[in-house]
Amino acid sequence: MSLVADLGRAELARRLGGPGLLLRTGPFVSRVQSNIALVADGIGSLYGDYPVEEPGGFADFQVRLVRSTGLRRWWHPQACFDYDGREPFAPLPLAQAWPMFEWVMNWCVSNRAHRYLIVHGAVVERNGCAIVLPAPPGSGKSTLCAALVCRGWRLLSDELTLVRRDDGMVVPLARPVSLKNASIDVIRGFAPDALLGKPVPGTTKGTIAHLKAPPDSVARFGEPARARHIVFPRYQAGAATTLTPVPKGQLFMRVAENAFNYFVLGPAGFDCLADLVDDCDGHEFCYSQLDEAIALFDRLAGVGP
Amino acid sequence: MMSPASSLLVEVLATPGRVRFLDLPGWERLLRQANSANVGAILVYLLEEYGLLEDVPPKPREHLEAARIVALRHRRLAGYEVGRIRSDLDSLGLPLILLKGAAYAMAGLPSGRGRLFSDIDILVPKDSLDQVERALILHGWASAHHDAYDERYYRTWMHELPPMVHLRRGNAIDVHHAILPETAPVRPDPALLRAAARAIPGEQGAPDIYTLCPQDMFLHSAVHLFFGGEFDQGLRDLFDLHRLALHFDTEPGFWDGLVARADALELTRPLFYALRYITRTFGTPVPAATLAAAAPFGPTGLLLPLMDALFLRALAPLHPECTTRFDGAARFTLYVRGNWLRMPPLLLARHLFHKAFLSPRTAEAA
Repeated sequence: MSLVADLGRAELARRLGGPGLLLRTGPFVSRVQSNIALVADGIGSLYGDYPVEEPGGFADFQVRLVRSTGLRRWWHPQACFDYDGREPFAPLPLAQAWPMFEWVMNWCVSNRAHRYLIVHGAVVERNGCAIVLPAPPGSGKSTLCAALVCRGWRLLSDELTLVRRDDGMVVPLARPVSLKNASIDVIRGFAPDALLGKPVPGTTKGTIAHLKAPPDSVARFGEPARARHIVFPRYQAGAATTLTPVPKGQLFMRVAENAFNYFVLGPAGFDCLADLVDDCDGHEFCYSQLDEAIALFDRLAGVGP
Repeated sequence: MMSPASSLLVEVLATPGRVRFLDLPGWERLLRQANSANVGAILVYLLEEYGLLEDVPPKPREHLEAARIVALRHRRLAGYEVGRIRSDLDSLGLPLILLKGAAYAMAGLPSGRGRLFSDIDILVPKDSLDQVERALILHGWASAHHDAYDERYYRTWMHELPPMVHLRRGNAIDVHHAILPETAPVRPDPALLRAAARAIPGEQGAPDIYTLCPQDMFLHSAVHLFFGGEFDQGLRDLFDLHRLALHFDTEPGFWDGLVARADALELTRPLFYALRYITRTFGTPVPAATLAAAAPFGPTGLLLPLMDALFLRALAPLHPECTTRFDGAARFTLYVRGNWLRMPPLLLARHLFHKAFLSPRTAEAA
């Protein structure tokens, strides 16, 4: 199986501009077509370790991101997402094409992959123990997730926790971690070697930069893990590191609130979520120091002192 | 003759066994075309009915099953909503007559399996409209953000109340008193439709709920497609007609009396189109006698090849692979024609003028 990095820049551009790049991320293959240089750059720098399927293969999703046409492109160029002739989103300024690509990739999964219960949250694994971090934006979930994967935890996903309904296993979908505003410098300071994409200012979520997923996490896309803990993180300046148990009933409701397709799945979603909650301990987690947070996560996974 | 049968999706809808010969890229094409035509979930039930689902390769199967999940949810919500509407209108002592998608789903018809619809359509007597509207408002339904012009458009000229949405649940209901607008040149008598309505058998778990009788259901589906102006779901709607025809084939007297019934309801022209295009597109086995009886009601002279060209373009799946640059023009022509058939020319000119120039301005000001 060849990787994006093996293709070389010219072949990558040719596929993106022509029949599509069949990009594998976790269990999915997306047919990516784009005539936008920022998209080719982003894939080249952040997706080099990802497998590429042969052009004739089967794609789960169609991702076509193209420059807007029409007169306005001369003074206000835009990026448009087109899914087989439909445009589910309004176009964005061309400068935001890269974050748009990442959002579109998330949208495809959360709207269609109903084989999984899809929880909006990060999930990381160490020592066979997966920990789910469901959280609304602003809770510091991505920062914590980025810090953990910079210290040896395996990234399963930063945004979309996929719980396979057949067996309750969490299926990896390791993609770049989306860092916002202040977290970008926090992670730069915490892990100076970390590979970050170019920050994009002015999006609806502020300035965004993506942290490249560790190559090991990407390569292990075929190894699901079992979730053992569900942790609701909350960053609070100056706070002591505290872990407070969340009772099962509350845990169920809070994860349901954060699931994209809980209501779509109906009874099957209820069963799947009930099994997940049975398997896991729930915790509120308040922190201000990343090192302390990581030490505590290591202990949860049965690693270290 | 030009035919939408050039698309893989149409081939499979007509002959489901065709999927046995698909490779993986073929499956990708089929699923993409099916999604664009909004028949993804219809496809999974169709393949299941023909015993073909077990042989579908795992990846496309996953997508088909995901479409089924969405359809099952849709069916649960629709069933719940119909139950609520029935109890909201309980005190009026009217039979609850469902039309189109909701009717197919609640009656458990093959055309209802996997078919997604955006609102629940019901038919009530015109002189009960006020009562029905009041009862619905009392139970949390409200007119969906229309301006004064829209209100007047619906109440004076149309065959339905302005669409209503439930304030808490967000689902939509269309209350019809007829199946064509007041302003249309043909006026199928709603009393005939209501008198022939049939209760859905109790074992479907939906007591006191009615659908139109089989012939009327077919004719309503035909008039909706061929006299309406919107073809973005054209292929799906044409497939409804094919499925209804296959299903009612065994209903005694369905075919024999169909043309006479269409005549009584002034719907012979849409019946002609329906039979013409389902047989050409899906090879529906319509009895020769029925086709012959409907033949005199078609358009004459040059109009027929023109309508063929327009309809067959507009009925192709809305997928970039299946479209040509004439499709936009065909759809626009049919949009204007659909309105033409619903309103006399002067009124239509006034309506289109208002929609084009005045409505957007009010919307901007708001």
